[in-house]
Amino acid sequence: MSSRTESSNASADVGLNEQYTLHVNGEFHDVMDAWVGESLLYVLRERLGLTGSKGACEQGECGSCSVMVDGQLVCSCLVMAASAVGQPIVTIEGIAPVGVPTDVQQAFVDAGAVQCGFCTPGLIMAAHALLERTQEPSEFEIREELSGNVCRCTGYGRIIEAVQRVSIQRTATSASREADS
Amino acid sequence: MLAVAPGSMVLAGGTDAMVEVNAGHRRPVGVVAVNRVAELRSWTYDVAAATVRIGAAVTYAELMEPPLAALLPALAEASRTVGSPQIRHAGTLGGNLGTCSPAGDGLPVLAALDAVVHLASTRGERSLPVADFMVGVKRTACAADELITAITVPVLDGWQGYSKVGVRNAMVIALATACVAVDAPGRNIRLAIGSVGPTIIRCAEAEAFAAEQVDFTTRTASADVVARFGEVAAAASQPIDDHRATAAYRRHAVGVLAGRLLRRAFPHE
Repeated sequence: MSSRTESSNASADVGLNEQYTLHVNGEFHDVMDAWVGESLLYVLRERLGLTGSKGACEQGECGSCSVMVDGQLVCSCLVMAASAVGQPIVTIEGIAPVGVPTDVQQAFVDAGAVQCGFCTPGLIMAAHALLERTQEPSEFEIREELSGNVCRCTGYGRIIEAVQRVSIQRTATSASREADS
Repeated sequence: MLAVAPGSMVLAGGTDAMVEVNAGHRRPVGVVAVNRVAELRSWTYDVAAATVRIGAAVTYAELMEPPLAALLPALAEASRTVGSPQIRHAGTLGGNLGTCSPAGDGLPVLAALDAVVHLASTRGERSLPVADFMVGVKRTACAADELITAITVPVLDGWQGYSKVGVRNAMVIALATACVAVDAPGRNIRLAIGSVGPTIIRCAEAEAFAAEQVDFTTRTASADVVARFGEVAAAASQPIDDHRATAAYRRHAVGVLAGRLLRRAFPHE
């Protein structure tokens, strides 16, 4: 955030000496011998083997690396991993057990919202975050809330349809629960 | 730590700093992460002074929500145009100032409202008007051992708004921005423009012209006044040609934005 200059021979000073623990998907993971400048995306993928979050632009433009940190949807490429110590982190691997898709994941499949699949983990995270906050978003709200996730295949129509399907399902479910009670 | 190791990188939301780190343009050896310091994450409203003191690590997402959004509506509008939800959850107002890009979305609002930036170091604390804090393209008055701690923003009685032009509605760096803020009891109109010069520009001539020509009571401005306001604003801009837009386009766009905002502030003809 500042415009200060670092020493020009900084690369010689860069130490791989950071040690910290991250709380990812309900489990504690020790990170050893790390460089302080490593992004959360890098640590998730290269040190913890959690490759569901994708790395593309590494500048916050594409949303492929979206994860939840302390309940907030963020780009993991822009989070310094060492600064996320003590905060709960949820990645695409943590939202559901393998083989048991969430309603959002199932709706993406059903609506044909997945083509090459590279953007899908980030979009699933963003769609979950949106539907947690607003159960019945308008199309405009969906477009705005997913505006940080770039998809080069689908043209977004089926992604929006998938989110709308979940919204309708969840609203129907909560209505029938209220009717039962 | 900034005093002991002045080369340390101050990290707030990371939305600017981590881009440079990921690209290898910065290799920080020491990092001061401020985004979880409670004092920097909070804000307070001083009703008597009619000011809001915003901690430097308050995020755009927080600025968009009531009650802050109701107190400072133009800042909420500007915040909503920043990046995407992911960026707005992380990016901070202090970071916007620290980076001091001419395209920083919060900066025209802070300039229009005559905000004050608070800095702290082991040498002590000081405060300076945002116009003095912003020195040039990504250059500020913040010394290497200083930290931006808070921004005090006056709460005005009057319409205020922010407009921005870019190639998309989301996730875009501004090609031209403008903020109009009306101080109705004080009978003055502020105009700050961004992305059209080395840093944010306050348009004194356009402000004085508008204050003379509009009717504050009936919120009336003639079409001629609105058009002239845009022309004077465009004349005050100092844009450059770059890979994102031409200077001519930016100058035209900022005039359109200024006129549009004045019309919204004074909707009657």
